[in-house]
Amino acid sequence: MEPAGFITDILIPALSQGLVVTLQLIVLSAPFGLLLGIGISLGRQYGGKNLSNICKLYVIFIKGCPLLLLLFILYFGLPSVGITLTAFAASVIGFILCNAAYNSEYIRGAILSVKDGQTIAAQALGMTKWQVIREVVLPQALRRAIPGLSNEFIYLIKYSSLAYMLTVIELSGAGKLVATKYFAYNEVFIAVGIVYLALVTFTTVAVHYLEKRVAVPGMIH
Amino acid sequence: MWSKKELPSRASGQGQDSPMKDDAFVLRVEDIHKKFGTNEVLKGVSFNVRKGETIVFIGPSGTGKSTLLRCINQLTIPEKGRVWLHDDEVTNSGPKISYFRQKIGMVFQNFYLFDHLTAVRNVEIALLKVKKMDPESARRQALYELEQVGMKGWADHYPAELSGGQAQRVSIARALAMDPEVILFDEPTSALDPELTREVLEVMKKLAKSGMTMLVVSHEMGFAASVANQIIFMENGNIVEQGPPDALLYDPAYVRTRKFVGQFADLTQRKD
Repeated sequence: MEPAGFITDILIPALSQGLVVTLQLIVLSAPFGLLLGIGISLGRQYGGKNLSNICKLYVIFIKGCPLLLLLFILYFGLPSVGITLTAFAASVIGFILCNAAYNSEYIRGAILSVKDGQTIAAQALGMTKWQVIREVVLPQALRRAIPGLSNEFIYLIKYSSLAYMLTVIELSGAGKLVATKYFAYNEVFIAVGIVYLALVTFTTVAVHYLEKRVAVPGMIH
Repeated sequence: MWSKKELPSRASGQGQDSPMKDDAFVLRVEDIHKKFGTNEVLKGVSFNVRKGETIVFIGPSGTGKSTLLRCINQLTIPEKGRVWLHDDEVTNSGPKISYFRQKIGMVFQNFYLFDHLTAVRNVEIALLKVKKMDPESARRQALYELEQVGMKGWADHYPAELSGGQAQRVSIARALAMDPEVILFDEPTSALDPELTREVLEVMKKLAKSGMTMLVVSHEMGFAASVANQIIFMENGNIVEQGPPDALLYDPAYVRTRKFVGQFADLTQRKD
């Protein structure tokens, strides 16, 4: 086996296919993870007692449950109660549920950091509670939450590899299959590692750019 | 400036001489009680405000002046007592409070400009979202209001880029943009150094002259002496004495008032 041939004919095509699946997992999970995270943080902060408690319990439950276990429940457990998900769907749902719980904590922290005067001034202008949240609290809180949220996004990139445990052949899984077949563990896993590193580095740069884009003089970053 | 409304000249004097019917009052405050824990901050405060009047609240710190202002627009909910804007009750008004807050503007000690918005966005945001104005008119009005307070040139600057005096003038423009009937000023110059205080007081004086109804909590005795129609002296959650500046500052009826006002004798002696 020629190393050059192995890389161009086998490794790169396999990892490319895996990468596409990984990107699909991330692109589908991240936006909903963010939206649900915002929803949970708002429910916890501004909801009534019941809603607030539900959100709190949700976060405790997700934090306390290994993601892999959550994925197993979604994929292997749910069919017994009549809900059958594809491996891909179960993975995306699991990632969203997990991502949202952690995101909600970053956002809640950022909401708490918005000064009281901001809400008081908004109320004094006649804004409703929802308008205060949408126009004043969230725009400030989300800016401050960017570093935390980007951290969670980077985790998502890496824990998307757990989808392999549900038979989704994403980047890590594709690497594992090639490595086993050709008995080339070091080469393959180092290659896979480089791809993840590239993804994370790209994200870091993109977030840095985003932070600059939305920066407001006098507010943090 | 502020010629939007035709208002009676203030030169004619609006003392307490002529008995008026209730509907002559823009704002009526009746028996306001407020406690924080066991600390009773307001112990039954009542007063009425006529259209175009400037009332300045004076008194030692911690006597409930700011809390009183906040009870008027229900940012703080009093335990007891009622507030009326004309014939509509502001207290216990449920969701209608949004309407009353548009009609009762407020300016804060620490400005409370929205940190993430430029000056012009600060002024127009409530026009857009609360008054549902179209973006073009909102922008036009926001720029007009900024012009009135001499801040048009700073329209695209963020609050952090403004001096305290500039920020306070923007916050006055923000309150004015809603076209309120009354503006509450909660120690508007207490966070400012003397020079910046003067530029804010200038704006407030012009506003008072234009006929705006204003309730001002302030330690600026010079402002009170020259601009107020009424001064209300508060202590320990009660109104001790109330009257036109001439009487209250120069010839107070109560010893407590005399004592308090006496501290500012050098400021109040000269009248402009």
